[in-house]
Amino acid sequence: MTKMHIKLTVNGEPKEVLAEPRELLIHTLREQLNITGPHIGCETSHCGACTVEMNGKSVKSCTVFAAQANGAEITTIEGLGTPDALHVLQRAFREHHGLQCGFCTPGMITRAHRLLQENPNPTEEEVRFGISGNLCRCTGYQNIVKSILAAAAEMNAMKEAAE
Amino acid sequence: MIPAAFEYHRPADVQAAIRVLQDHGDEARVLAGGHSLIPMMKLRMAELGHLVDLQDIAELKGISVEGATVSIGAMTTQQELIAHEELARVAPILREAALQIADPQVRYMGTVGGNVANGDPGNDMPGLMQCLGATYTLVGPGGTREVAARDFYEAAYMTDREDEEILTRITFTAPTGGYAYEKQKRKIGDYATAAAAVLIAAEGGKVTRASIAMTNLSDVPVHSGAAAEALIGTNCDEEATTAAIAAMLDDIEPTEDNRGPVEFKRHVAGVILARAIQRAWSRA
Repeated sequence: MTKMHIKLTVNGEPKEVLAEPRELLIHTLREQLNITGPHIGCETSHCGACTVEMNGKSVKSCTVFAAQANGAEITTIEGLGTPDALHVLQRAFREHHGLQCGFCTPGMITRAHRLLQENPNPTEEEVRFGISGNLCRCTGYQNIVKSILAAAAEMNAMKEAAE
Repeated sequence: MIPAAFEYHRPADVQAAIRVLQDHGDEARVLAGGHSLIPMMKLRMAELGHLVDLQDIAELKGISVEGATVSIGAMTTQQELIAHEELARVAPILREAALQIADPQVRYMGTVGGNVANGDPGNDMPGLMQCLGATYTLVGPGGTREVAARDFYEAAYMTDREDEEILTRITFTAPTGGYAYEKQKRKIGDYATAAAAVLIAAEGGKVTRASIAMTNLSDVPVHSGAAAEALIGTNCDEEATTAAIAAMLDDIEPTEDNRGPVEFKRHVAGVILARAIQRAWSRA
């Protein structure tokens, strides 16, 4: 099958790849662009480990063809913070033990980031419902929810201070 | 899990999409949000030569509310539907139902059109659209036609849509009175063990109009006229609710699967319908 030219903006940088139409976005990111933050977990659109942001939507990149993402803006965990300058959410997950093995964490934080864009001041119940497409087999979710609520509070305080 | 190879098309309008379908017959399928089709392709339970992505077709997008007439473009995502304030005001049952579909990520991609056109008995929108008395617009090589949601479903994955037709739009009259969409599922992201859509209009403490449809309890959604009839003229007390449940149970034909045996499903269907009737009545 002929390969397609696919143009994406990933974490603010323009990228171009050649991919068969059947190539899934998660494989393009991990294997062609070496962006390995998004993980391959269940491969069946249940676990959310592969969550990335595509044009302002949280999507499971194991269930999107790279061809569908042609022209799209993609944000992965790599686009949120760096080891030297962690995102507020990343810091909150570390401080509140929002991870144990860490496998679900990139998807969890990328999803939480979009959730807080749309609802900057969520209740605990809204956080739980908002991350219901992301599975964690370690934490029991308690500390993940705590981390997201703490990050929301900090982001709101930062916003207020800036105003 | 890599699907079999296919050729990808992204037409800019409905006519161009139909031409691809005409050129390739049943080798081609349209792709809406892809969250039913792509998993099937990954499992190689669906293999097709040509995929026609509808995402660039502007005329398939958007929600319009004009007076009491609601029109929803087929490529409207569940998330867009949930976020639409005017729709939530005139027909809140849609938001209530859509929030119970899949999970957040799937709702950003999954479309209303895909949900109603796929013909999967597990999908929630077909039963809801039957409850609302919605009409589907289908466009094909021969032109445009309209089909009632109540006439559209023939069997699991078999609908009145022809291979070369595209479901473009859903239209219905905004309902008045009380509403409820009640769904029993094993976990977030699961299809219904049983779900019920209920609309009730009342005057002077009595039901004047009702509509009831059930999901995932037959190979097609079940609009139960007899169940609705059992509520007319009553105040939805226990006797009326029991009669409606009995009528509904005569209309469904659940089969055993990993969500439970037939007896259990019939039990859950009754519980869910009772809850939906109570909630709709409390809002009527």
